[in-house]
Order: sequence, then structure tokens, then C-alpha cells
Amino acid sequence: MRIGDAKQSYEADEAIWTTPTQKMWFGLFLLILLVFPFMADSYLLYLGCLVGIAVISTTGLNILTGFTGLISLGQAGFMGVGAYTVAWLSVNTGLPFPITLVLAGLMAAAVGILVGLPSLRVKGLYLAIATLAASVFLHFIFAEWESVTGGMGGLSLEPAHLFGWSFQSDFMMYFIIVPLAVLMVLAAANVFRTRIGRAFIAIRDRDISAEILGIDLLRYKLMSFALSSFYAGVAGGLFAYFYRVVTPESFPLSMSIFYLAAVIVGGMGNILGGILGAAFMTLVPEALKLLTAALTPFYPNAPVFMSPMLEIIFGALIVGFLIFEPHGLAEIWHRIRRFFRLWPFQN
Amino acid sequence: MSVLDISNLSLSFGGVKALQDVSFRVPEGTVTTIIGPNGAGKTSLFNCISGFYKPQQGTISYEGQVLSSGIKPPRRAALGLARTFQNIALFRGMTVLDNIKLGAHVHMKSGLLSALAYFGPARREEMVVRKDVEQRIIDFLEIDHIRRQPVASLSYGLQKRVELARALAMQPKVLMLDEPVAGMNREEKEDMARFILDIREEWGITVLMVEHDMGMVMDISDHIVVLNFGQVITEGLPSDVQKNPEVIKAYLGNSDIDSLRKKLNPEGEAA
Repeated sequence: MRIGDAKQSYEADEAIWTTPTQKMWFGLFLLILLVFPFMADSYLLYLGCLVGIAVISTTGLNILTGFTGLISLGQAGFMGVGAYTVAWLSVNTGLPFPITLVLAGLMAAAVGILVGLPSLRVKGLYLAIATLAASVFLHFIFAEWESVTGGMGGLSLEPAHLFGWSFQSDFMMYFIIVPLAVLMVLAAANVFRTRIGRAFIAIRDRDISAEILGIDLLRYKLMSFALSSFYAGVAGGLFAYFYRVVTPESFPLSMSIFYLAAVIVGGMGNILGGILGAAFMTLVPEALKLLTAALTPFYPNAPVFMSPMLEIIFGALIVGFLIFEPHGLAEIWHRIRRFFRLWPFQN
Repeated sequence: MSVLDISNLSLSFGGVKALQDVSFRVPEGTVTTIIGPNGAGKTSLFNCISGFYKPQQGTISYEGQVLSSGIKPPRRAALGLARTFQNIALFRGMTVLDNIKLGAHVHMKSGLLSALAYFGPARREEMVVRKDVEQRIIDFLEIDHIRRQPVASLSYGLQKRVELARALAMQPKVLMLDEPVAGMNREEKEDMARFILDIREEWGITVLMVEHDMGMVMDISDHIVVLNFGQVITEGLPSDVQKNPEVIKAYLGNSDIDSLRKKLNPEGEAA
């Protein structure tokens, strides 16, 4: 229920959470995130960490594709750059994780800027192909530059460490991944409250008009690439610490498509959409596996029958969302919110 | 004192001569209107001034400074040349408020890092812009009731008004309006005419306008430039331009206005 929320200042009106109810829900959500690792079993903890990493990377791609309108198939490549940076640094320098993760992000951002250079000239599908080429090229470097990347065998690394603490278990990693995911999502939301975020959206909606308003297209497109790949780099770095082995096969092209699908299913150009899309894409295949396990006692043949079906059901779910909710999962959430806005007085 | 000085401007696309040796001045603090039949080169001229087209010959001087082709559209915006488009060029996915705030982009400075943190300078700057947009522009153009609505959901007349608001947020010295009242009903046209006059009088902004609605053009213009086939036919006060036989010919295809009137309306003075 939301009534009588007249604002006293512009500051209050521009806040991310504008009502006490919203703040309460967000507080509750943080509390759940905090309590979760103490209640969850190892499998759920593992999933929690995966969702956290996926949320960071999806939010990054959402900045580029959802908000700035530049389609990229390079996300897995940028994550790979981040992962290899972390792996190389931890093998060769032993720096603590906050430094390696920032460097991973910066390295990925630098590569992102290079890959983004053609974006001034090419748009849409052509840009998708250009980023695809970049991701193939990166994959080639991961596999062939053996002195740095360890070639096809990849690199194995020590657990993340800071002040003598070693983050070996999933339980420990959860406390790196999830707070970082929350912070990075909030930072992304902040960007879209300022002139920089508005410039990104302006480029997506009508680039000629953006230019007439004094927005330098190349500068902001490259900034979007840099920011997006910074997120990918950090996500890749977390990935490296989480699995503690990085190979060229860790970041296949299908992973880029996975993130693009997450952005679309969640809701393009919507911060909440990035979170929901990442969670959906990570959890639904797992849920389908659980469903198979649950069916097995009744239908002993379920695993044989279901395992090839999983991919089909997963694909069908995505297609279903695209048809019935083209604005993504975030739109469903907004609809629920609208329903309860004046509830129970009017709906 | 002229704020814009166009001299000997020529622009051609392949064999098509869009502008031929066009020269005129826009006196500071006036509403100057460019009229002419379709295809006369009015929008091409606007695109030259904004920097989208590069004229083959001639110069455009703005406040005494020659705008060479190296000065790109974003730089021209920062210099104080604002513009609206013939076909509304708003950002459809954004709210009215965000569209208007985008106009202030060139006057804002906060960088990416402070934007990510939304702390300190970035936050203060956003608040200053919000206050300015609310008090100076939204109130003035009477669009406070729609500030939260996405632009795509608004009527045509309101969208035009939001586009004007966005141009005003750029704090321009010269405001270029490409057909500001096309497709509007009478009431919306009157509102727009009132806003344009207020912009000139209260804010001291020079208005350069392209418009087809002769009633409005004659009512609010201080200075009129007539283009036909890419050339300036005549320029001057509305009353002078109205009487010019060349203008009548360009518009009606016949210099004998009286015989034309009779042809159209055989009853004569009955109407």
C-alpha cells in the first residue's frame, strides 16, 4: 500500500527507494541474503554463488545491450580476460583478492574499449558479429599464449586471500561474491540516475538526437563498453576464485549467448531485470534437474526420458517469456507492484 | 547585432543543389522565421547550422566565430545552439523529466566514478539540475502533470512541448525550431506561439524557426527569410514579405493574386 507519500525535497523524489515499504522490503532482502549461507546446504550455497556471479555479469551486459543498445556477443570473452588476470596475478604475485579483482575489471575494461571501437561505425547485428569476432580472437589468445595463460591446460590458482584469511569454501566465497554483487548492482542503478546513464539511454533511443544535445557518441559508447566489461572482468575474476581453475573452455561462446538471453528474459534496460534474468537462467536448469529427481520414484525411467528434454523445456521457457512477456521478468514484478500500490483501497 | 550570420552557403547532394549561395543574418533577440515551399532547403539549412551537413561553400558565423566543419554537433550544442526536429526526436523509452534533464547534459560535469557512487559532486549536480528544470522549465511550459510519464504515451502536441523543454534545458543562445506547430490543433498552436514569444521576451533567447503555418509566422516573427529552390528570394518584415509578388508566386504558383482568389471563390466578396 502506498498513500500519502508526498515528497518534501527533490532529493527524496530522486531516491532509488522512494517509500518506506520499499526500504523495508530491501532491508528484508539483505537480511535473507545474510542469513541464507547459515541455513543453506552446500548445494544451495554453490547455486547462490553462481547466481551472484551471473548477476554481476548480466548487469554489466545489461548496461551495454539493454541501456546503451549495443548488442555484444563478447561477454564471455571479457569474463575470460578477468579470470585469466586474476589467475595470473595470484600465481605470479600473490596479491590479495580486492586488488586482483579490481585489476581484472580494469584489464577487461581496457579490452572492452578496444572491442568497442568499431561501435561508432557499426550497429545492431553488425556489431554483434564484430564482438563475436573479438570473442573468437580472445579464445584463441587464451589457448595459444602458453607462457601467460598456460595454454589448453589453463591455470590453477590458490584460494582468494586477504589479511591471512583464506576463502577456500563456498561458504567463504559467498561472503565475497554476494556483497560485491549487491554493491555493483547498486552502483549500476546509481549510474542511471545521473547524466551518464541518461546519455547511454539517449544513444539507444535516438543517436542523432543525442548528438544534438551535446553527447559525444564515441566517448559514451566506449564508456559503456568499458563499464560493461569491467563488470564482466570482476565476474570472471570471481569465477576464477570460485572454481580455482581457468581454462580456455571455461568461457565458451555459448556463455555469451547465455548472458544475452539472461538480459532479454530479465528485461532489457532494467536493473532489476538483470538480477531476475541471471537468477532465472542459472536456477531453472537446476530446478528442472530437481524435478527429474523428484519424478524418479514414480517413473523410474524419468532420468532417461527427461535428460534430453531439459534443454528443450529450458528453451521453450525462454521462447515463452519472449512471446508472453517481451519486457521481461521485471515487467511482471512491476505489474505486481502496481496492483498493490493502492491496495486494499483500489485495484 | 546579428547572432548568426550565414554567408554564401551552398550545399549539394550529387547533382541536387539543396542550397545555393544563401546569405542572411539572424538579428539577436528576434524571432526569425524561414519559410518556403516543401523542398526549398529549410531543413538542410538547419542541418548545416547544427553541423550534420557540411556545406561545400560559404560560412556560418555564430557570435562572430566561424563554425568550421571541424566543429561537430556536440560542440555546437555546448556553444549554445539548441534545436528541435521536424519529426519529434525525443527518447521514447524515457520519462518526460529524464528527457528534459538530458538537455542539461552539456552543462554537467560529473564523471563515471562519482556517478557509480552517486555521492558528492554527482548527487549535488543532479539536484541543481532537477531544481532548475522544475522551476525554470516545467513550470513555464505547464507540463508538471506529465513529468513522470514515458514520452511515448503523450499526445503529439505535448511531445512537441517536451522537445521544446529539452531544448530550453540546454540554456541556448539560439533556439532552432523545425516546424514547432505542425500537426497541432488551434489551441495547441496558440500555446506554442505564446511560449515562443515568452522565450524571446523573458529569456532573451534568439529564435530561428522553420514553419509552414502562415498565420502564426506572420503573427510572431520579427524577421522572415523566404527560401525557394535553395535560394533566398527575399527577406524582411512580415508585412513586406507578405506583399512580395515573388513570395506569392512561390507559394501559389501565380503572381496574379486577385485572379487566383476569384478562381477559388467565384462568389467573390460573399464569403
